[in-house]
Amino acid sequence: MAKIKGAIVIDIERCKGCELCVDACPTDVIGMEKKVNSKGYHYAAMEHPENCTGCVNCALVCPDAVITVYRKKFED
Amino acid sequence: MEKENLRLDEIIREENIVFKKTPLLTDKVFSYCPGCGHGVVHRVIMEVIDELGIQSETIGISPVGCSVFAYDFMNIDMQQAAHGRAPAVATGIKRCWPDKYVFTYQGDGDLAAIGTSETIHACNRGEHIAIFFINNGIYGMTGGQMAPTTLPGMKSSTTPYGRDTRLMGNPIKITELVATLPGTYFVTRQSVHTAVNVRKLKKAAKMAFENQKLKKGLSFIEVVSNCNSGWKMSPIQANRWMEENMLPFYPIGDIKINGNFVKRN
Repeated sequence: MAKIKGAIVIDIERCKGCELCVDACPTDVIGMEKKVNSKGYHYAAMEHPENCTGCVNCALVCPDAVITVYRKKFED
Repeated sequence: MEKENLRLDEIIREENIVFKKTPLLTDKVFSYCPGCGHGVVHRVIMEVIDELGIQSETIGISPVGCSVFAYDFMNIDMQQAAHGRAPAVATGIKRCWPDKYVFTYQGDGDLAAIGTSETIHACNRGEHIAIFFINNGIYGMTGGQMAPTTLPGMKSSTTPYGRDTRLMGNPIKITELVATLPGTYFVTRQSVHTAVNVRKLKKAAKMAFENQKLKKGLSFIEVVSNCNSGWKMSPIQANRWMEENMLPFYPIGDIKINGNFVKRN
């Protein structure tokens, strides 16, 4: 069966750590990093990358346009 | 775990991109607070302009308020207007260049307080422009004072015991107000707190720009947004609060499409 897998890449320096993407993610992929960026914000990161489906919800609600979403279909 | 990493390398490639920051937003980091709805609305407007391919034909008017620096973030031609006068400036620009796409971007302090008369008269004249009205029920930039759109009983820095409607009057529903004017062609109210609402806003914004080609009247889009700093909440709490309190008072939906009122149940 074909499986659709997704991944996100976060622009760490632009992220302000508002956590709206964490709230919007239906599969609980995103979490907040313990480290901070140069402005002192805890930035978002993929905590469970295996669950990501590339649904784009996080990128749509992100107020700072920091999220790039990738999606690929695997045949296996 | 190693297999998972391999997978990620396979997924994160140029050809698999399904969403990325539109090039019409500049690389400058937004000056807004974390979680502010302004960023989403900026992005949605720029995505629509990008999709319609009208970057070189669009002129935006930035207001006074939190979004005063909108011209720094939007990679299109922008004009800064005096406080509340964006619809008047947009009128002038549109009349000089009738074939350009003109939109204003205003907050509730700009559009509903100091600029009420400009807004209502531009709507009444039926200028062929689009107005984006961001309503967060508070004066965000100046420190959370009461705005004309503040809800009854809502606390702000100038109404610490809640807005008393006997003393301060009732909030203005400016979107319903302009919908009654014959000059408006498309009037709607949207929000940006969930992904579904963002998609709906994008659809509405596209319609607002496409309507300018028809030259039949003004398109007015209100976006109910949060102000987590002004409301003294976290961004997620602010969105919940907005859903529970703002949206019953300012219901989401189209009010007027193609010059006709939409029937509501």
